[in-house]
Amino acid sequence: MNAKRIDKIARYAIQTMVAIVALILLALLSYILINGLPNASIDFIFKPSEAIKAGGGIRDQLFNSIYLLVLSMVISLPLALGAGIYLAEFAPNNWLTRLVKTLIEILSSLPSIVVGLFIYLLVVIKWQVGFSILSGAIALTVFNLPLLTSSIQNAFEAVDHKQLEAGLALGMSPWKTIKGVILPITVPSVVMAIILASGRIFGEAAALIYTSGQSAPRLDYGNLNPFSPTSPLNVMRPAETLAVHIWKLNTEGLTADSDAVSAAASAVLIIVVLLFNLMAHYLGNKLERKLTGKK
Amino acid sequence: MKETNIVIPSQEIALKTIDMTVNYGKVEALHKTNLSFPKNQISALIGASGSGKSTFLRSLNRMNDKVATVNGQIIFDGININNPKINVYELRKHIGMVFQMPNPFAKSIYDNITYALRYHGVKDKQKLDEIVETSLKKAALWDQVKDDLAKSALDLSGGQQQRLCIARAIALKPEILLLDEPTSALDPISTAKFEETIMELKENYTIIMVTHNMQQAARSSDYTAFFHLGKVYEFDQSSNIFQNPQVELTQNYVEGRFG
Amino acid sequence: MKAKAKNQLLKASKATKENVIGQVITFLCATIIVTLTLAIIFFVASRGIRAFVVDHISLGQFLTGSEWNPGTKNAQGQPIAGSLPMIIGSFGVTLLAALIATPFSLAIGIYMTEYASKRMRRLIQPMIELFTGVPSVVYGFTGLMVIVPITRKLFGGTGFGILPGALVLFVMILPTITSMVVDTLQRIPVSFRQAALALGATKWQSIYLIVLRASIPGILTAIIFGMARAFGEALAVQMVIGNSPLLPTNLVSPTATLTSQLTSQIGNTIMNSVENDALWALALVLLLMSLVFNLVAKWIGKRGELK
Repeated sequence: MNAKRIDKIARYAIQTMVAIVALILLALLSYILINGLPNASIDFIFKPSEAIKAGGGIRDQLFNSIYLLVLSMVISLPLALGAGIYLAEFAPNNWLTRLVKTLIEILSSLPSIVVGLFIYLLVVIKWQVGFSILSGAIALTVFNLPLLTSSIQNAFEAVDHKQLEAGLALGMSPWKTIKGVILPITVPSVVMAIILASGRIFGEAAALIYTSGQSAPRLDYGNLNPFSPTSPLNVMRPAETLAVHIWKLNTEGLTADSDAVSAAASAVLIIVVLLFNLMAHYLGNKLERKLTGKK
Repeated sequence: MKETNIVIPSQEIALKTIDMTVNYGKVEALHKTNLSFPKNQISALIGASGSGKSTFLRSLNRMNDKVATVNGQIIFDGININNPKINVYELRKHIGMVFQMPNPFAKSIYDNITYALRYHGVKDKQKLDEIVETSLKKAALWDQVKDDLAKSALDLSGGQQQRLCIARAIALKPEILLLDEPTSALDPISTAKFEETIMELKENYTIIMVTHNMQQAARSSDYTAFFHLGKVYEFDQSSNIFQNPQVELTQNYVEGRFG
Repeated sequence: MKAKAKNQLLKASKATKENVIGQVITFLCATIIVTLTLAIIFFVASRGIRAFVVDHISLGQFLTGSEWNPGTKNAQGQPIAGSLPMIIGSFGVTLLAALIATPFSLAIGIYMTEYASKRMRRLIQPMIELFTGVPSVVYGFTGLMVIVPITRKLFGGTGFGILPGALVLFVMILPTITSMVVDTLQRIPVSFRQAALALGATKWQSIYLIVLRASIPGILTAIIFGMARAFGEALAVQMVIGNSPLLPTNLVSPTATLTSQLTSQIGNTIMNSVENDALWALALVLLLMSLVFNLVAKWIGKRGELK
């Protein structure tokens, strides 16, 4: 066979393989959406789930997912911002910094089930917090911190060093320059990082099954007393999320229509992730234009 | 010819170095320099790449603290500012700097000038407006941007950005202005305008400028220092350096025989 | 006036103080993350080691034994905790998934960087990102609903096992590996390709001989990352693997992985019991493997730099 024919064959082979993957992904998406969307009515989203009977919804699970997402972001964002800034701007180039970076990489590659079990051991059992929103939020924070930190670190490192020099030469401290000059430049990429992290958090289940738990006590949305067990705001109540709900239905579920509910819930999950993705791109572009004043 | 020729100007001295040595790790980048820069004059630092002139300049306002070790003394206002007790942030208000590449903040033209001012305690809006206007006028940028102060500084041309950086530096009313190859990123027309501007600025400021461009040094500076491989060989009035150098290396360099 | 300026130069100012505070605060944030990592390693390790030290599970038995029944004891009075089925299960699904995913990832990577038009690239890039974001339970659920019935029909039995596990993981790690491969291939300078083409090489020769060769470290790192993700993935695998800690007899016999055993069992055991400690020993293996994947990736990265 001559080189030209091999060249042609290689080209076709590559195109075929790309097409196969595209087909698989398309099939996956359409399977979820076609099976899920017909059941994912507004009613389904706003009615409580059923343990055994058919016809349950996902109201509380969806709320729990959102609540956990917000809480864990509130805890992890300041930490990740601080750590990311430290690594990008202040960390001296020595063995200690290299160790810190390595440990953060290790944390980011730890299986999320290990993170979940650690929080289960420490927070749920040892500190006797129990299966709760709080435990889940801490688990998600640990799960989220390393990746968010390195995204933020990258965002700060991507800013031209000349901006820092400019600030310093005007008698401003590095801290002031970082806060006032560099941080605004990183906002678009930090926002993107937050949104993408949100997608990851929203779909995470392994870190949660032994921290926020696998049960969703029915919530009373009129009850805003954060200490009441039926209050949606209570952080000490167990809280099954949407992703955990799908897993639970399919492993030990007794629910009569578990397939239909899972499909619909999966569709909702996918759509939320899709929205997060679109939002990240849209907001990222828009903010960049606004903050740098470019037209 | 002489081995070295370092002249001490007769005018009032704004800043001088005594046996200043700079090391990057174990490598000596600059050997014992003893230079005295006259007040309200322009001093040019010339020499080939790697001669240590930029290292020297960046040590004067302590911008090299993190990457290099600077030994010896830098005398400014009667005190040695190469001293860990010195508040470098205060110091840099007195010794301003403009860099090789224009580096305006990603903010409006107005904020570029007022950002550091407000940080240093000037809060009065009227006062700020006034400083913006005078600084931009001194940097010869006012007429081009006066109606557009809210525009992003990044939308300006390279030459305009560099002028904005000058305006931003002089807004703090420093005594000394360090310029690190300020025109190397500019086209010839912008460069010429820039030179005009600094000639006017010397009335109020002492200017120390690194340049690659020998015509620029000859045209616009009063004193010139010649750096070669980490050592200053000659410092004298520019007319002497360019027409009657006392050191062979200087002569070779200004006549373009190397570098 | 002069004296005043001199005074200021020697005094700490707002700038000095805020900078120290900023540095301390950000350093503390980094310290918290580091402490968390060390705490995880410490707690999981100390729990896992308990199984061997306190409960006297023999390490050799643990690594080579194929019967998992930590509640009962063998003739020597040691709990029966052979983790071989789980270890084989974990490695089985991981290797198989990586084996299937790698050629496809390479194909997409090459297509994206060498063949695709700009418009195609703009279409594929966000697709890859989207699929990286699809939650693992969705992959698991789809695997359960689609792949398991197919393997059941084709091979008989329950349909659960390593094959469906690997297929689900293949789709999951594909975007991870692909996006890293694309990054690697994009870093190869265009001049390399032009040089090859100028010497009369065909496009494929330039890709195969120049681009791919130069990208080997990056591609290997991508595969390692994909494998690490597959090895640590819990729920998607757990939903299709069958969850019985038996040595797999073939690719479609129900078995378990380290993660699936942990997820399905740890809630059923009591803290400090032998059964619980034995599960923590599995978690320790998982942790150690994650460290190994990290080290290997680092090592490849270093060797790649040297070249």
